[in-house]
Parts: sequence; C-alpha cells; structure tokens
Amino acid sequence: MDYGNVQVSESVNQAFMNSIFAYPNGSRMRTCIQCGTCAGVCPYGPWMEFTPRKIIHALRMNEFEEVLKSESVWMCISCFACANACPQEIPLTDVLMARLKEEMLLAGNIPQELQDALENTQRYGNPMGESPRKRGEWIKALSPAVPLLGRDHQSVDVLWYVGDYASYHPAAILATIAFAKILRVLGVDFGILGSLENSDGDSQRLAGEKGLFEMLADKNAQIFSKFQFNEIVTTDPHAFNAFKNEYPKLGINFPVRHYTQFLADHLAEITLMLKKEIDAAVAFHDPCYLGRVNQIYEPPRQLLRAIPGVELVEMSHNRSNSLCCGGGGGGMWLDGYTWEIAETRSSEWRIQEVVPAKPIEDILTVLSPTRKVSKKNGNGKTANIPSRRILAVACPYEKPRFEDAKKVVPGAGNLEVMDIAELLADSMGL
Amino acid sequence: MKIVVPVKLIPDLVEELSIDPSGTALDMTWMRLVINELDHHAIEQAILLKEKFGAEVIVMAPDLEGADDVLFTAAAAGADRLIRIIGLGESFNNHTLAAVCQPIMVDINPDMILTGVQATDDLDGQLGPILAERLKMHYIGYIAGMSLENDSLILNKEFPGGLVAKMKVELPAVVGIQAAESPPRYIAYSRVRQARNSAEIEDIQTTVVDTNLSPAITRMFQPEAEERAQILSGSLDEISDQMIKILKEAGVV
Repeated sequence: MDYGNVQVSESVNQAFMNSIFAYPNGSRMRTCIQCGTCAGVCPYGPWMEFTPRKIIHALRMNEFEEVLKSESVWMCISCFACANACPQEIPLTDVLMARLKEEMLLAGNIPQELQDALENTQRYGNPMGESPRKRGEWIKALSPAVPLLGRDHQSVDVLWYVGDYASYHPAAILATIAFAKILRVLGVDFGILGSLENSDGDSQRLAGEKGLFEMLADKNAQIFSKFQFNEIVTTDPHAFNAFKNEYPKLGINFPVRHYTQFLADHLAEITLMLKKEIDAAVAFHDPCYLGRVNQIYEPPRQLLRAIPGVELVEMSHNRSNSLCCGGGGGGMWLDGYTWEIAETRSSEWRIQEVVPAKPIEDILTVLSPTRKVSKKNGNGKTANIPSRRILAVACPYEKPRFEDAKKVVPGAGNLEVMDIAELLADSMGL
Repeated sequence: MKIVVPVKLIPDLVEELSIDPSGTALDMTWMRLVINELDHHAIEQAILLKEKFGAEVIVMAPDLEGADDVLFTAAAAGADRLIRIIGLGESFNNHTLAAVCQPIMVDINPDMILTGVQATDDLDGQLGPILAERLKMHYIGYIAGMSLENDSLILNKEFPGGLVAKMKVELPAVVGIQAAESPPRYIAYSRVRQARNSAEIEDIQTTVVDTNLSPAITRMFQPEAEERAQILSGSLDEISDQMIKILKEAGVV
C-alpha cells in the first residue's frame, strides 16, 4: 500500500502484532472494543498522538509505521492506569506500550535524557551515572555500621535490597537511613549488598530496554546466590515488582516483601515504640507498582494509622485510582521531554490535589467524615486542627518528584513530603 | 571506501582522580576507563557516512580494560571490523599510540581516519595531527558535520566565536571530530549482546613501542588553592570602613 510518501509494510505491522500475541494474555489485544477507557484514564493521554486505543486501531488498519513515526509513546510513564482500567484486561502497559518503546529503542529513536539513563545503567549499574563503588556510601552517616554482605556477613535473615534512588538520591536517602534505624531497633538480622548491588532494572524494562533488564536480573541473581538469606526486603516498589513478578519469568526466584509489608507484620512491636506524637494530617500516595500493580494498599495505611497524632486522610485519587508521580517506567528520565510537550507534570497535579483550596478543617471533614472536630491528644489537651500537613510516600522516586513539584504549586509551601519510614523513625525517636 | 576510527580509552571521571605514590601518574587502583566522548562521536560519524555513501568501518582500540565493550558496542552500531592493539601496556602517550597505529594504518590503507579532536588525557598533543604527520596525510580538526563529494570530503570546521567554515579536503585524510552530525545513537543492550556473540575482534600485536617520543612527566598534582578570600566581620559601618581601606590599599579607589 502507498500512503503518499509512506510505504506501509504489512510485515512490520504483522511482526509487531505477533510479538504481542506471544506474551501471556497478549492475544487479548484481539478483543479490544475501542472503548477509549485507556486514553481517558491516562494522565498524559491528551498529549499522545497514539494512545493505546489508537495504537491498536493503527495495527488493525495496518498502519503501524505511522505509530513508529510518532514519538508520543515516550509520554507513557508506565503507571498501569490503562491496563488497570481496561475492561478487556489487555496487558497495555507492560506488553503493548513496553514493546512499542522497545521497537523505538532498537531503532535508536529515543529521547536523549532516556538514552543517558540507559547508557549509565549499562555502564554503571545505575541510571544516574554514579560510581558503583559509592552505592553504599550512605551507611557512613550511621553508627553502628550497617552490615555489608560479603564484608561482615555471608548469611542473614533479611537481605535488604536498597535500590538506585534510595542509595544515591539525597532526598531519598533520608528514608533509607530511617529504615536502617528501624530495622536496628527491631533487632532484625539484616545486611545490604553495597557496591555489589545493581539496578533492579524494572523501570528500564518498562522503558523498553528488555535486554538490559535481563542482563541486570542475571547480575543480581548471581550476587544474591552468593549469600544465604530467608527473604529480600526493599523500600523500592519497582524492585519489589521486579523480584516478585518479573525475575521469576527468567527463572530467578527469591521471596520478597516491600518494607511496608514487612513492617506491618511487626506492627504490634512497632506500635509500642511509637512514642512521639506527630500532629499532622497525612495523605498517603499509593505508589503505582505497590498498589495498582500488586494490590498492596493496607500495610502502608496500617503503619500511618499507628502513629499517634496522625490523621490519615485520602486524596481523591487513591488506591487503584492513584495518580502516578510520573517517575516510573522511565518517566524519571524523561522529565524534561515530558515537560517540553505537556508543560506540566503529573507530580504537580498530585500536589495540587493534596494542597487544600479550602481551610484544612473543611477538607478533613469532607475527606474523613468520621473525624471529630476536636480530639484529645497524647497530653490530654484538646487538639484542634493538625498543625502539619504531610504527603506520605513509600517509593524512592516520589520524594524527589513531589518536593520538586511543591516548588511550583501555589500554596504548597507548608506541605511536607515524608516517607513512611521517616515518619515512623521520627515517632520512635530515632 | 575504508574509514578507520582509532579510539582512546580515558579515565572515567565518575571516580575521583588521585595521584599515585610516584607523583608522576594517576593512581590506577580504582580507575575506570571510558571511551573518549569525541571518539564516540567519530564512530557515529563513520557509521553515518557508511549509511549514506557506503563504507567499511574499522574501529581499533588499545587492549585496555573496557576495550571489548567499546568494540562490541561499535559493532552493534554498524562497524565492520574490530581491532584490539596488543602490547601497549597500560600507560602510553599519543606519540606512542600514533607510532603503534602507523604500520596498522599503512596495512589497512584507509581513505579516511576519523578520530576525536581531543581527549582529556592529551598531555602530548592530539592523536589526529600526530598520526597525519606520520602517515603524510592531510589533517583537519574541529569538524562538526561532513559529506562526501567524489574523492573529496566537504567538512564543516568550527572556529571560536561561532564561526563555521566549509572546507574541502582530498582523500586520504585524517579528520579530528568535534561532533558527529547527530549525537551517538543508543545501542540497545540486546544488540551489544548479539554483537558479542557474532562479531570478532582481531588482535594485532604492536611492533614499535617507543615511550621516549614525548616529554616525560616530572610532577603530577591536584590544583593547589591559595588563600584569597577574606571574610569581613563587624557592624555594617565597620565592614564598610574595612572595605574602603582594602580598596585604597589595592589602589582601586
């Protein structure tokens, strides 16, 4: 067929469709009813030339090369909203969109920022281009020292996989240090890998770099196999998702829990240690790959409710309908690209959602109807409105993203962004 | 048409540099090596020429840590021949590298040699001009963009102040690349892995290694800061008085 200057190749079109059908549930793409729910629920749908619905339509019309000429797939932040909402349960995020990104990437057609992050990952094992030797530098802030596997122990109960941002990003490291202190007071026998650790590769996989993901999985599996441990615990929902759902597809099986699950299982013990009141209205941001993808909604909330003084409120987008911070699936490395096209960020919408337009009391009453207007605090005095407003997070991508977003959203100045681990450590007096 | 790209591996600044106990060289204990960025551009430019005009692209690198990665990545990008230069040791300068490359180049008889115009470890001049002198070829450096016209290259040469000259050079020639026409493309890891399985690296043993071809380093040291900043303290009036006194002493007012 000839569409002006565009030579449409049926084989490229068919080859791509066949590659989708080869995935488990990939053939569900045949059942698409073109309802457009995916496009409607997608945070960046309005800026996409080809939404998932349109990509499937183009494939059916044998016009896939038109899709390849558009760069709009790079607006996808792999937040799983489309796959979650699809009435036909088509694996849109991690199969259709990831395969399309892979196709673009194999052709060398990717935004420079993403290219830098992927090249850094190939070379250094982390997307930031940091020295692998410095991956465990954060432990220098702690005394007694955090145990390093290989140097201090060969065998532990818990292998703590720290992850990229939690190891290197100054904002995310605060939560890492807090979690280390909590593990210490709980008397957990744990160890980290330090410079032996490599990126889990989940976001690189979702950004289309399947080969790189497989290489990283292989490297991590080799390192994990050198030590004895009963389970992996991680503060990183993407690492959690990779180890739980994706590594097993490559024959790599290690039991893993997200740290909120791990700590929620120690809730009785932790509750006794939560002495300091945190007088705050706290909204929890469900990370996409903890909540929507792995249905873990309650453990983070259980931990927050256990903190004396905390008034847990819900944002309008919560649980499976949570609004992505924009960092997952390569979004962390496409920030400039996305902004140039959309001139806004999903992290900013999230902050707008949590910053009340009305006085906080009104908002709290709406969001939490059972809330009493006044309550007794720990000192027996009557407390009125919580003095602090906190956006609680449980993913190392989120604190940097929301703290940046705060800077451009009017009225967000007093909002604090804190990881659940930081809040717990603070209440424990650590 | 044969295009050769000799590649240099230079210290990766992701690790802090330190001086070894001899005081004349970098401490290599934790040093990682990385492809010189402008050599990466030279490979890309060679591949772009191949795609436009057809060519055999030959990439060569000294046998240092990381050389295989660089060569296989070049193969994944489209390079046709990969050469590893054996016997140079870990420490050598551009005069030595050029001397070693000379017989290999004579043997290959290339139409064009593309090399990064400079590298951070060019202590004894740039590789391109030294190589051109040895091979009695033309040399033009600071090139960003080129095309082929019959047996000549049409080159965009950058000058300070944003000036660009269009120059013509007859082949064979050595070209110092400032930037490829488009930034080096992303090479997916699966392609690198594929190249590792299918491409072959030819080892060429060096025959000439003369390390006395350039001045010896007598001392290598970190930049030494002098104390220059002076913090004035006191009330605003006191600080103003002090400042006026200092400015008068310096002869400024």
